[in-house]
Amino acid sequence: MTATYLDHAATTLVRDEVLAAYGEDLRRLGNPSSVHGPGREARRVLEESRESIAADLGAHPTEVIFTAGGTEADNLAVVGTFHAAVAGTATRRAVAISTVEHPAVLDAAHWLGSAQGAEVTELGVDEQGVLDLDALTAYLAVAGERTAVVALMWANNETGAVQPIPQVAAACAAAGVPVHSDAVQAVGHLPVDFAASGLTTLALSGHKLGAPVGTGALLARRDAALQPVLHGGGQERGIRSGTLDAAGARALAIAVRIAVAEQAAEHARLTTLRDRLQAGVLAAVPDAVVRSAGADRLPGHLLMTFPGTDADAVLFGLDAAGIAASSGSACTAGVTQPSHVLLAMGADQRTARSAVRFTLGWTSTDADVDHALATLPAVLERARAAGRVGAR
Amino acid sequence: MKVLAALSGGVDSAVAAARAVDAGHEVVGVHMALSRSRAQHRNGSRGCCSIEDASDARRAADVLGIPYYVWDLSEEFEETVVADFLSEYEAGRTPNPCVRCNEHIKFAALLDRGLALGFDAVCTGHYARIVERAGPAGTVRELHRAVDLAKDQSYVLAVMGRARLERSIFPLGDVASKDVVRAEAAARGLSVSAKPDSYDICFVADGDTRGFLSARLGERPGEIVDTSGAVVGSHRGAYGFTVGQRKGLGIQVPAADGAPRYVLETDPAANRVVVGPAALLSVDEIVGGDVVWLGEDPSSLTDVTVQVRAHGEPVAADVELDGGALLARLASPLRGIAAGQSIVVYHGSRVLGQASITSARRARSGGVGCSGGSLSRAPR
Repeated sequence: MTATYLDHAATTLVRDEVLAAYGEDLRRLGNPSSVHGPGREARRVLEESRESIAADLGAHPTEVIFTAGGTEADNLAVVGTFHAAVAGTATRRAVAISTVEHPAVLDAAHWLGSAQGAEVTELGVDEQGVLDLDALTAYLAVAGERTAVVALMWANNETGAVQPIPQVAAACAAAGVPVHSDAVQAVGHLPVDFAASGLTTLALSGHKLGAPVGTGALLARRDAALQPVLHGGGQERGIRSGTLDAAGARALAIAVRIAVAEQAAEHARLTTLRDRLQAGVLAAVPDAVVRSAGADRLPGHLLMTFPGTDADAVLFGLDAAGIAASSGSACTAGVTQPSHVLLAMGADQRTARSAVRFTLGWTSTDADVDHALATLPAVLERARAAGRVGAR
Repeated sequence: MKVLAALSGGVDSAVAAARAVDAGHEVVGVHMALSRSRAQHRNGSRGCCSIEDASDARRAADVLGIPYYVWDLSEEFEETVVADFLSEYEAGRTPNPCVRCNEHIKFAALLDRGLALGFDAVCTGHYARIVERAGPAGTVRELHRAVDLAKDQSYVLAVMGRARLERSIFPLGDVASKDVVRAEAAARGLSVSAKPDSYDICFVADGDTRGFLSARLGERPGEIVDTSGAVVGSHRGAYGFTVGQRKGLGIQVPAADGAPRYVLETDPAANRVVVGPAALLSVDEIVGGDVVWLGEDPSSLTDVTVQVRAHGEPVAADVELDGGALLARLASPLRGIAAGQSIVVYHGSRVLGQASITSARRARSGGVGCSGGSLSRAPR
């Protein structure tokens, strides 16, 4: 029924090349850790994939740690770095993150706070959703010496706002503090060079790139001190136990290879599509507000708030018309929560509940934009009527 | 029609939605999230709106092949049903939150939002019948008791009023019994077919209403007195008692005749609970306010019965309207009538309307030990 898919930041279609290779590799017999022929063959697939990802993202192969996705990579970075710091010097018990992190970082950090005795600080963002560098500087001046890890996403999953990673990495390096970045939304959409970034660790996820859900990696510098979160057979530098997934690794490598190869061209193509969608909505719905419009944004991201509506009602109307979009924020058993990102950017609760996220990806076309533009005005009119009912 | 099916995650609403699909309607399933702090799992027959219930509702929608959404009505629920529940208890009355939920949420917030979004009607799993009858001014929709009188829920629906009745569908009104619904659910492959029925107040998840009230209203210690004014015990909040209650009074001084004592009234102004013998609980006149009629306003109210509890027996009564109030003179006395409950007026199986009970009294003497004194809630 869904004809128009504008939720690529949630997940995107698996690439044809990935599907073909994945199907082939799933039928490959052999555990990459085994010492026999089939094991060696599987290991070769895994290591070639590691080298391919390293080459595409400016990392050394040793720095690629395969995980079962972005959430695991983020947890390993935040929790693993914290525990390593505490083990090394009990005085480093502080963790700093931004207010707009994905829950994979946000909740991992707050769990360290509630269960592991960490001192957690959330650093604020400006009204565009971009980290306040002065706040980071002030924080590091006071707490740098007792900080185990700083985490700042490369680009925000809701707004698409790109964060000042080079400046943050430099400030943390000067303070001697490890710095992690959740680059799940950025890889494939922006140039990502791990070595040049100055980051200690970086998380990526396969299913945002056209690889299957359940694939991902943490890029971790050789000198990154990490304690494992998953304990077991000691695979992946002893940091991430679990049977090595040769098929998933190759799927991820192929998806990264395609996304990186096409990145510049796709950036231009998606920016054009996104900007046409944005301009069209603003022309039809003058009181709509584009969030993070003043920031450097991911090319496919468009987060808008529609005064007088609940995102639920807008998404319901779009869904009924065959358009898949999202609120962009966390959802608990189907209930949309007000976006913590918009709240952090200074929006009120009502506004934060009215946010609809359109995200374009590699399958998006002009027809998708046309469909959305033709549908939205009537959907918004009904959502406003429903909003008035609720506001009585 | 475009029909919004309210899916609680239980068997009744799932089968009701299935029947609406069979009837040819374009059905969309909506689960209402009514609690801010939802439990992960359901605990037996208690509580509702757990995440497990939402998941059961989603699976029912999958089986029926209808779209499914969760609507967050927790704010409206807190501001109307829960707030009313607290303020009514605080005022010495005994609210019926299911009535208030039907009044403010299911046939108001949900229905109105649905209408605004282009739906024609709301479908629920309530046990009640809608009968359409040709009248001089076109078809008249009447609300009637369910065929299965043991499950009949017309009492809690009467509050919706006529306009909302026009927009409501109750596909389970004609089933012979709940067993039929369960069998139908099983035959349709609905996994909720054997799920326990819900009882108690959904937002008091552990079933401890007094604990919920004291947590929300705070403890307010006071005296328990008998009808002579003598102190016979103490309490930690008059709101924790309801008229007709016998258990949990903790009375230290036994009655002279040794007979059990019941709560006759709670007096929030004086923070006192008055107890006395069962005979004093009998009333034969009930006064109600906030009168709602489901059909045209009745010109005569002859040959009617009234019901004062969700699962109470109907009692013959003379019903009069006096200004905005409803006065029911009961043919036979009833015991333990609590202000705040609904009095629903029936003609045969048809619901004519309802009012919220403001006071009840013994007007005619004759009851053993009854002085004929007023038990109304007027300030003393």
